[in-house]
Amino acid sequence: MLIGNRVKYLGIVFGVLFAALLIAQQSSIFCGLMFLTVSQIRDVEGPGIWVMDRNVEFIDDIKPMPDTDLFRVKGVAGVEWAVRFYKGLARARMEQGDYHQMILLGLDDATLVGAPEGLFMGNLADMRKPHAVMMDDAGYKQIWPGEPYILGRVFEMNDRRAVLVGITKASRTFQTFPIVYTLYSRAVLFAPAERKVLSFVLAQPRHGLSATAVCREIKKQTGLQALTREEFMEKTIWHFLSKTGIPVNFGITVFLGFVVGTAIAGQTFYLFTVENIKQFGALKAMGTSNWTILLMVLSQAMQVGAVGYGLGVGLAALFGWGSRGFTKLAFFMPWQVLVITGAAVFVIVLLASLLSIRRVLIVDPAIVFRG
Amino acid sequence: MSIVDAEADRSDTDVAVRVRGVTKAFGSGDSLTKALRGVDLDVPYGEMLILAGPSGCGKTTLVSIVAGTLEPSAGDVIVLGQDLVAMSHGRKVRFRRDNVGFVFQTYNLLPALTAAENAAVPLLIAGWRRSHAVEAASEVLDRLGLGDRLKNLPTELSGGQQQRVAIARAIVHEPRLLVCDEPTSALDAENGRITMELISRIAVQPDRAVIVVTHDSRVYSFADRIASMEDGRIESVEAGPRRSGLAVASR
Repeated sequence: MLIGNRVKYLGIVFGVLFAALLIAQQSSIFCGLMFLTVSQIRDVEGPGIWVMDRNVEFIDDIKPMPDTDLFRVKGVAGVEWAVRFYKGLARARMEQGDYHQMILLGLDDATLVGAPEGLFMGNLADMRKPHAVMMDDAGYKQIWPGEPYILGRVFEMNDRRAVLVGITKASRTFQTFPIVYTLYSRAVLFAPAERKVLSFVLAQPRHGLSATAVCREIKKQTGLQALTREEFMEKTIWHFLSKTGIPVNFGITVFLGFVVGTAIAGQTFYLFTVENIKQFGALKAMGTSNWTILLMVLSQAMQVGAVGYGLGVGLAALFGWGSRGFTKLAFFMPWQVLVITGAAVFVIVLLASLLSIRRVLIVDPAIVFRG
Repeated sequence: MSIVDAEADRSDTDVAVRVRGVTKAFGSGDSLTKALRGVDLDVPYGEMLILAGPSGCGKTTLVSIVAGTLEPSAGDVIVLGQDLVAMSHGRKVRFRRDNVGFVFQTYNLLPALTAAENAAVPLLIAGWRRSHAVEAASEVLDRLGLGDRLKNLPTELSGGQQQRVAIARAIVHEPRLLVCDEPTSALDAENGRITMELISRIAVQPDRAVIVVTHDSRVYSFADRIASMEDGRIESVEAGPRRSGLAVASR
């Protein structure tokens, strides 16, 4: 019945589409931002366990430990190997005299565990050369915009010479600072002097043992906080969810999309129902039960909901795909976004059809005999 | 002899519709409006009764009560041997579905459905499979001269054709009572005549009854009887030209 009224049909589809687009797009950007917060954990492939001070809440919340904690972790039964990992912020003075804040990552001198996977200029072995550092390509472009990639560039951190020996791909971070990779022993010199400098211990559980069980053992024996890679990502994301205004900001936009979509769809659907009230009355007069009428209205609502949902999430996906080439928009659309958007659309069409359902259920079938 | 005396001569098995002392009031207090003031009426099987009268005289209210879409304030309504007043809402819905066909003034066809699908609606409501229902409806439409319009949407049909689809919809499930509300008022004279001829030819059967509400005097010639209403009462019931014709033929 609804399809016969193209204007109303498109009106309701538009309402649902608008809501689905806004919810899916904003949720995906939110997920993209959350994804950025854990990018440095994701980039460190290999070790399954991150050990840190018990009060650390997320990846950027560095609470240094004494170097001896490495050996305490190594001594825990079930730990196959463990290495040091430095993470901090350093201020770099460039050739031209300008300063840049940088994320400084110190890799284990012997094993280079945590080294970037996407090295496309230079050689990882060059990391062991004197003063050697590597940088992510996004950071390089930020410091030297428009310039070609050149190795051998020199800059200073904490009055110490750093020589660029490699450029690598790295996931974008939430802070957007350039990422500088170097050896652990060199990183602690680039950083301002502190009594304790060990940021994390990266460990691997013995073959056949679960990372969770080994984490429990590390915590029990050392008192340190030990998390699997996945747990650390969850903890970091939860920190941003609970301690920042990001979810509220995105939530407001999503809520507005929900309200506006419901209002447009609901109003149009109700108008459609009122316009066709005689048809509904005729159906009731002919012996259609209220239950069947209810199913009719709901099935029509669900049908336009499905079309609006498909178009909405499709456009949101298109937006994300189209914007990735020329913007720095964080956009990540996991399947959960599709499910949440689908649930929201379901509620929208349900709310939108509620008024109409009430109207058609109470309509007197005798209405068809009135002129 | 009063109308009731005349109607009382018929046995219960002869009448499709028996209405006794039916009143209907709308509103309350100062705004109380009495639409029906004690109506008595019989409609025997095999008869087409025309309910005539000026606007507001209560004929639509009466036909709504007889069709089971409106509750009377008081009185008895026996349709096809069933007491509508005592019937539950659910049973009444099923009763209408199985026994009553409707032809409305404004057709009330569903705009998204084709002619055949519209005509099949009562069968679909009754739970028929879609293909079977459409097939059966198509046969009826063919009998009504719309065999080449089965797949047209209502907007692609003329007013007369739409009313023929509505008639097909009203009779496709072979109801024993057909209720027509101003079936010709939206049609020109020629289409009005064709519509009434179709109703008269196809719907009026020995085991069925047809009630037509109208104030279009051009269609009186199709009536077996004409009940004239005035101010919520039936003023007179007269034999229509069709009965006279049949009487002549039978003689």
